[in-house]
Order: sequence, then structure tokens, then C-alpha cells
Amino acid sequence: MTEQPRGKLKIFMGYAAGVGKTYKMLEEAHQLKAAGVDIVVGYFEPHGRLDTIAKSEGLETIPRKTIDYRGSTFEEMDTDAILARHPQACVVDEFPHTSVPGSPRAKRWEDVQVLLDAGIDVLTTMNIQHLESLNDQVWNISGVRVRETIPDWVVQQADEVVVVDLTPRALLHRLKRGVVYERGKAEQALQKFFRESTLVALRELALRQAAHEVEHRISNVTVQTRKHHKILVLITANPKTAMAIRRAKRIGDFLGAECFAVTVQPSGDLSGLAEADREAVERHLNFARNLHIETRILEGEDMASAVVDFGRRNQITQIFVTRPGGWSSLHALTRDPVQKIIGLAKDMQIVIVSDREPLAQ
Amino acid sequence: MREVGRKTPEELLRECQAQEAAATKGHLKIFLGYASGVGKSFRMLDEARRRRERGQDVVVGAIQPKVPPEIEPLLKNLEVIPLKRVDNGTAIDVEALIRRHPVVCFIDGLAYNNPPGLHNPTRWQDVQDLLNAGIKVIASINIQYVAELQKDVEEITGKHVTETVPVSFIKSADEIEIVDAPPEEPLERPPDEQAEAQKRDQRLSRLRELALVLAADVVDHQLNEYLECNGLKQQFGANERILVCITPRANMQEMMEMAQIIAQRFHGELTVAYVNQPNISSVDQSALDARLAIASAAGAHIEILEGDDPADTLLDFARSRGITQLFVGHTQRTGLSRLWGSPIGKLIRDSRGMDVRVFPQ
Repeated sequence: MTEQPRGKLKIFMGYAAGVGKTYKMLEEAHQLKAAGVDIVVGYFEPHGRLDTIAKSEGLETIPRKTIDYRGSTFEEMDTDAILARHPQACVVDEFPHTSVPGSPRAKRWEDVQVLLDAGIDVLTTMNIQHLESLNDQVWNISGVRVRETIPDWVVQQADEVVVVDLTPRALLHRLKRGVVYERGKAEQALQKFFRESTLVALRELALRQAAHEVEHRISNVTVQTRKHHKILVLITANPKTAMAIRRAKRIGDFLGAECFAVTVQPSGDLSGLAEADREAVERHLNFARNLHIETRILEGEDMASAVVDFGRRNQITQIFVTRPGGWSSLHALTRDPVQKIIGLAKDMQIVIVSDREPLAQ
Repeated sequence: MREVGRKTPEELLRECQAQEAAATKGHLKIFLGYASGVGKSFRMLDEARRRRERGQDVVVGAIQPKVPPEIEPLLKNLEVIPLKRVDNGTAIDVEALIRRHPVVCFIDGLAYNNPPGLHNPTRWQDVQDLLNAGIKVIASINIQYVAELQKDVEEITGKHVTETVPVSFIKSADEIEIVDAPPEEPLERPPDEQAEAQKRDQRLSRLRELALVLAADVVDHQLNEYLECNGLKQQFGANERILVCITPRANMQEMMEMAQIIAQRFHGELTVAYVNQPNISSVDQSALDARLAIASAAGAHIEILEGDDPADTLLDFARSRGITQLFVGHTQRTGLSRLWGSPIGKLIRDSRGMDVRVFPQ
């Protein structure tokens, strides 16, 4: 088989449902078709929106496949059928979607990787709140923990990221007119993502992210930072570790810095941990790997000195840690490695990553 | 001396009242693009069409000298008040528009100088007159014509532009919408055109980044106003805001270097703060002045704060400004066991919503 050049990925990025991502994507699909590109719709989510449904007409659609799960029938994108049809380009709505269990791949973005690998160009849609590294900031802004996330490296791979912009006021107007959701759901939505302050903040995030994506693509060719930065993030069983990983990765990506994640265990593996702790540490290590962070388990009795030694040997310039818990007892604090790491790491910056819980409103 | 950075309730009230007063003035919406041909005019006039179809009283007050073919059918169904001709040029017909007094007036192209002899030297000032007369204005502008960005734009395009609009006018807009589309790329190019085309794409990408960041800044400004006027204490951190805390003897170089890189990469804001200490020596005072001068030269905002407890003072200030990252120096002299009792320990402990970056000194 001859080597296929990888397909190109274009993402239509918005900040909320109803800004017009799918519409814009279908509009482009029509333009491509008119220009002679062999393009099909691989997956399209109409949400009952009439103008969007009208836009999907006149495009070849690959039927979805049905999957039975726990007595119900679900519909998913039929990746195999698209591969068999092998168009030049394919429209795939809702990039962050999680497929029903029993599907060949857990995430739609993984299906998209398969299409790209087969040399098919993909047009897709997503909202900013699904970007993994912004998960805590989005939680802080909206009070919603978004579960369906896309690792940042997947978005970075895109050849183009386009913002589909609409002012929050116009969006709220659309929502109230019932263009976005039917009544009951619209009212529910108004309580959560669709508060005006939330929309404005999410929109700002989307614009800044798009600016960064543009800069990232220019920098690939020209700019380099003067000093080379290397980031290390400390992994423990503390549930806040996920926040430290996301933050380290985000700062690392913006600085063009390499990222490592390490955990320190006396035995050099996770066998010495109680089951709950072992599961938590494993989950955090996996999470880091999914974000394309290299992970290590270090052997050592003393967490702080093992981390700082590793940092020194590997020219680490910044160590990211979670905020120590247990402020009430000085004893617990003194045992927390953060204090000792700050004391030992005389040549590294230490970043104590904050909690970003939403305040009650 | 009053604590800097915090607004008194009276100030807030005044601001909110000013905004309410502004609400009786016409409302300004801006479509921002980064190059000609990205579809600003079409998007804007399509909005005119939709408003007209909904029965709004809509008038077009200015169109571009050359009307692209896709816009002609839109214009056919809209009322256009043509530019008025004067001796050596044209300008929007402010008097006729105010006499006609539509609900919404569309102005395609904000950045024009009026011919000499007219009441206002520029078109954006004419638009201000329309707004003051209570007419809602929807206008388009290309990022290349923003006055404050001329240095960047000239560097990117090599062209000097004389007709510009001040950024303060754009920031005064009630709504801004970005028309985003990546530079178009033909699929195949002859090899001799490849290099030239790549340069063009880079130029356009850099302009696109400028436009996205400006739009994000406008949105950020709106977000802060919204939060303040609704008395919301919630800080959203959609933009990165860095606060570098210094003392007279702080080793500032590394802190400032890092702060500048992060601020630049995230298009964020950089502030350097010092908490006034009573009775510092003249040596310390001049050391401090030197550090503040360095910070100021680096483009940071400088804040001298007053307060009995340095950590509390810094945190209060940081919260009032929505700081997301605190930078502090830590001398090993403090001693390990005393970290949690020290001001830095307090900063780490109470800095909810902010990361603390500790620099060894």
C-alpha cells in the first residue's frame, strides 16, 4: 500500500451551543463541493434547528450506524463506512462527543484521527469549554464540570482553527426565540452556560485560544524563546493533582516547554500504596500520558529530595505542585512536601497551583 | 493615602450611572476583520437584511467605494443614504441621517478621513454624532486601520496607513463581533510562487492574531464592567493577569523575565506591586526605585500599596484586580520551618484562584 499523506483538520470553534458552528461548517462544505471536492457528511447533529437542517440538504450523507447498549439503541458515526466510501473530505459534527460503550473507539476525536490517517480531510466543530487544559477555568467561570474533553495536542494538530463568533446578546436573543433549544431545555440552559457573564467570559477564552492557535502556527516557522524551559509536575493521590497537570501543560504549551510528570514511591513502583491511593496515582499518570506528558515513577523515601534531584539531573526549570491541604493542623502542613521542595530547589521556580472552584453565586 | 486599585462604592455607582446614561445614547456594534476580503461587509449587511426582514427601520449610511458582487443583491433590498459629495471628496451625510433618524444605521468602513472643511475631521467622529443623536450604529473596520496598532501593522505589511480609528473608540463599542476566516490557500501552487505565498500567509496570520487579541481585550473590558455593575465579586480569569510582588532587595531579573514571557505569550497583563514599609533606609529606597524603574521600562503597571500586613494587602489588591498568577521571591534565610508562618506561607495559603510562583533568591 502506498503511503497516504495525512488529511487536513479544520476546527470551527465556538463558545456555546447556538453560535452557528455547524451552520458555518456546512456552508463551507457546500463551497468545497461547488469547487469540485468530493465531500460527504460523516456525522451531523441537527438539534432540530431548521436553518441548519436546510444547510445539510444537497450534501451526501453517510448513514449512521446503530449500536445496542443496555437495551437501548444509539446512533454513532459509521467510521468504517466513511473509510470504505473514502471521500476527499468529510464533515464531522461535535468533535468532543463520547461514543456509546461498545463503539470501536471511545471518543469521536479518535474516529477523526482514523479518518485523517486514511488521508481524508475533516471539518469539525467544538466549543472552547471542551479543551482539556481549560477545564478548571471553565468550571470556575460556569460552575459546570465539563466531562467530554479533548486533549490540547489534538487541537494543536489542526491545520486551521476558525472562530465562529456571535455576540452573547445575539445568542441570548436566539435562545429566547427558541432557535437553539426547545422551551424547557432553553430555560435549563439559561441557568448554566447561558448566563450573560458566563458567555462573555467563555467567548473571551475562545478568542484568546484562537489567537494562541494562530501564533502557535506562525511560531512553528519562526520565533523561539530565548531560554529553554522544562516543567515538572508532581503527581500524588491528591485529587487536585489533575488541576496541577492541566495548568502545567497549559503554561508549558504557551512557553514551548517540555513537560514531565513524576510520582515518588519508596519501592519504585505503586505496589506499596493502599488500593485507593494506587488507583488515584494510576489515574493521574494516565491522565498525564493522555495529554502527551512523559511520566516517571521515581524511587525514593523522601518525596521532596527525590523530586528536586530529578529536577536537577534533568535541567528542570519549574516544578508544579498542588496547594497543600490540611491548613488546620501545622503538623499536616509540615509534612507536606511543598515546603521542603521550596527549601531544596534553590535553582528552580516552584508553582503552587491554585484551586479554581466556582464561588457560589 | 487611599489604597490603590479598589473602587469605592461611590465610584462604582458613578460608573454604573454613566453607563445607564450611555444606554440612552445610540448603541455601537463593530464588525472587526483582519484583511479585506474576509467577508466583513457581507456579514454586516446580511445582518441589515435580517433586521429589515424582522421589520426594523434600517438604513445604510456608507458602503465601500467598490461593491463586491455578493453584496449587490443585499443592497438592492436596503435603503441607502448615499455619501455626500463635497469639493474634494465624500463623507457620510450626518445631517440627512439624523433627519431620517432610523433605528439602526449601517456604516461599512469606519476608517476614513473627511475632506477638509467639514464639521468633523474623521468618519468615526461623524458616527459618534449619530450615536449621540440616539441612532444605533453597526459599523465595520479592518484591524489594519486601528491607530494604536500602526507600529505592528506597518511591521507586518510594510505599509503606512494615514486613515485610522483610535482603539478607545473601538473599546467603547457595546458589542464587537470578529469576522474570522484563515487566509485562503490554493491547493496547488507552482513552486516559484510557494515562498511568496507563504510570506503572504504569515502576514495575514499575524494580522489575524492582532484582531483576535483586540476582540478579546474588548470582550474582557465588557466582562469587567458587567461584573462590577452587577456587584459580582467573582473573578473569572479568562485573561491571565500577573502580579509580581517585590521588596527593595528582591532579585528581580528572573521574576521579570518570566513574567514578561508569560504575559506576552498569553497576551495578558503585568503588574508589579510593592507594599510600602515604614522607615526604610535610604539605601533600600534607592534600590527600590531602581527596581520600579526596571519594571516600568518593561511595560508593567506599577502599584505602591499601603497596608499593615504585606500579605493581606497584596492579596486584597490581587483579588480586586482578578490576578491569576502571583510571583514572589523567597530567600532561604526565612528558614524552612518558618515558611508557613511567613508572608509567603500566607500568600500560598490564602491565594484562592491564583497560582503562586515562588522564585528562589
